[in-house]
Amino acid sequence: MNEADKKMLAQTARNIRRDIIEQVHSAKSGHPGGSLSIADIITYLYFKEMNIDPADPKKADRDRFVLSKGHTCPALYAALAERGYFSTKELSGFRSLDSFLQGHPDMKHTPGVDMSSGSLGQGISAACGMALSAKLDKKDWRVYSVLGDGEIEEGQVWEAFMFASHYKLSNLCVIIDRNGLQIDGKCKDVMSTEPLEDKMKAFGFNTVVINAHDFDEIESAFAKARAEKNKPTAIIANSVKGKGVSFMENQVSWHGTAPNDEQYEQAVSELAEVR
Amino acid sequence: MIKEATRESYGKALAEFAEQYDLYVLDADLSAATKTGIFAKKYPERFVECGIAEGNMMTVAAGMAATGKTVFASTFAMFAAGRAFEQIRNSIGYPHLNVKIGATHAGLSVGEDGATHQCNEDIALMRSIPGMVVINPADPVEARLAVKAAAEHDGPVYLRFGRMAVEQILPDDYKFEIGKGVVLKDGSDVAIVATGLMVAQALKAAEILEQKGINAAVINISSIKPLDKKLILDYSIKCGAIVTSEEHSVIGGLGSAVCEAVSESAPCPVVRHGVNDEFGRSAAALKVLDYYGLNAEGIVEKALLAISLKK
Repeated sequence: MNEADKKMLAQTARNIRRDIIEQVHSAKSGHPGGSLSIADIITYLYFKEMNIDPADPKKADRDRFVLSKGHTCPALYAALAERGYFSTKELSGFRSLDSFLQGHPDMKHTPGVDMSSGSLGQGISAACGMALSAKLDKKDWRVYSVLGDGEIEEGQVWEAFMFASHYKLSNLCVIIDRNGLQIDGKCKDVMSTEPLEDKMKAFGFNTVVINAHDFDEIESAFAKARAEKNKPTAIIANSVKGKGVSFMENQVSWHGTAPNDEQYEQAVSELAEVR
Repeated sequence: MIKEATRESYGKALAEFAEQYDLYVLDADLSAATKTGIFAKKYPERFVECGIAEGNMMTVAAGMAATGKTVFASTFAMFAAGRAFEQIRNSIGYPHLNVKIGATHAGLSVGEDGATHQCNEDIALMRSIPGMVVINPADPVEARLAVKAAAEHDGPVYLRFGRMAVEQILPDDYKFEIGKGVVLKDGSDVAIVATGLMVAQALKAAEILEQKGINAAVINISSIKPLDKKLILDYSIKCGAIVTSEEHSVIGGLGSAVCEAVSESAPCPVVRHGVNDEFGRSAAALKVLDYYGLNAEGIVEKALLAISLKK
């Protein structure tokens, strides 16, 4: 990746992280930890990878995105706003009565949201349905879905993985945000899903493991997904929950807690610095 | 007059309307039983086998519908409304997607498979989802028309079909409309409001009541949601007593829907006839229905009770 692109992506990701903090702070609720961990992946998807048009959000042949870990929608809303689907001013309405930015994604009212999600394990199945639909229509648009590493404890996720593999949904790219934490603690203590790479391979996925915060690795993983013509791809993205805000990093307590005013100031000032 | 299970009429209708409405059909390893196999044989490229994974199937259907397709997803009522309730609620109902749930083997008339497969709760579950249309056809003629209406309707629909062969009771030129009830026999002493295979029993019950000098009206409510409240209130006022009859729990189904409508606007005694608060059991379908009193005699008994409650 050239330096100009890398710089643009890094700056955009910083803006998205700041937007995440703004939303959760103004709503006094929401899920900052898992939003921050996917910020770089979401940035790459919306600013480099996906074939989309903010001026025509429902364009028939667009690529689709399903945020299966729907509670981390502050990251998605930030990306949509930064990409121009709606004004960044809307972000301050997150989780409030007169806003279209619901606590979990709502495809009916939010420009750019391709699927309502939030009940864990369902988004991935919807993504499978979309990918199958493209295949049935012999269209070449692609479907991307981000799941949490806690979310994959849901049985439905593995039903969907079976389905994706059975129907050779090579147009489906699944990203598993492996930040290692979930509400009740470390995933390995709550309910281990390891060895995840072996499991994904056994389920018939083209499997790639990357650092979720390295744009070169992200770019290379999505290129491998595009090159794969027979299988769905799973990108296991090793991430840091709370990435970018020092006191939130790797802290399970920041899964679903909003920062107070003081914490907000500190987070925003950290994100303003060029790191 | 034909005699066939409404699931059979469903499978045939899917094949009949496949091209007109550009339909796609999903099933969870039950296509031979739900009769979506009839469609699959004719249109293999429009049929998606999902295996024994109903939650995934319902949400895959939602994903396909989100790309603009009209999708019918089928399995037994127990595994559609029951197992996949939350998928239907959150991924189909909430985004109001064009998924039609073709649920077969509803109610006690599943017969020998017994309680685990006799779903008497599906109407209650589906009726509680905002925007969901719930249709329980009375016979093969109405089953076919309900499939057509569901395909034309913009939004989610729950279609309830039976395993057991049932006689045609409606005329070939019958008109079906979502949200409309139909008076099959007029009357003034008591109104029997029935759905599904109980409509045929309601007509028989009205004949028995006639011999007792009681003039009963028979109303077919296949569209349980939206409910034809006006028609029901008209008969609440006209007859002053109502019996509801359904092959479903008396909790949450047609009986509850009618009570809700009547009690809020034109109260009269309403006696609910259906499966009491209990599970089913194994036996041949007709024997099970008789065991639980889901027959004409059972309706007559409730009708006499409703009349006795009139003030």
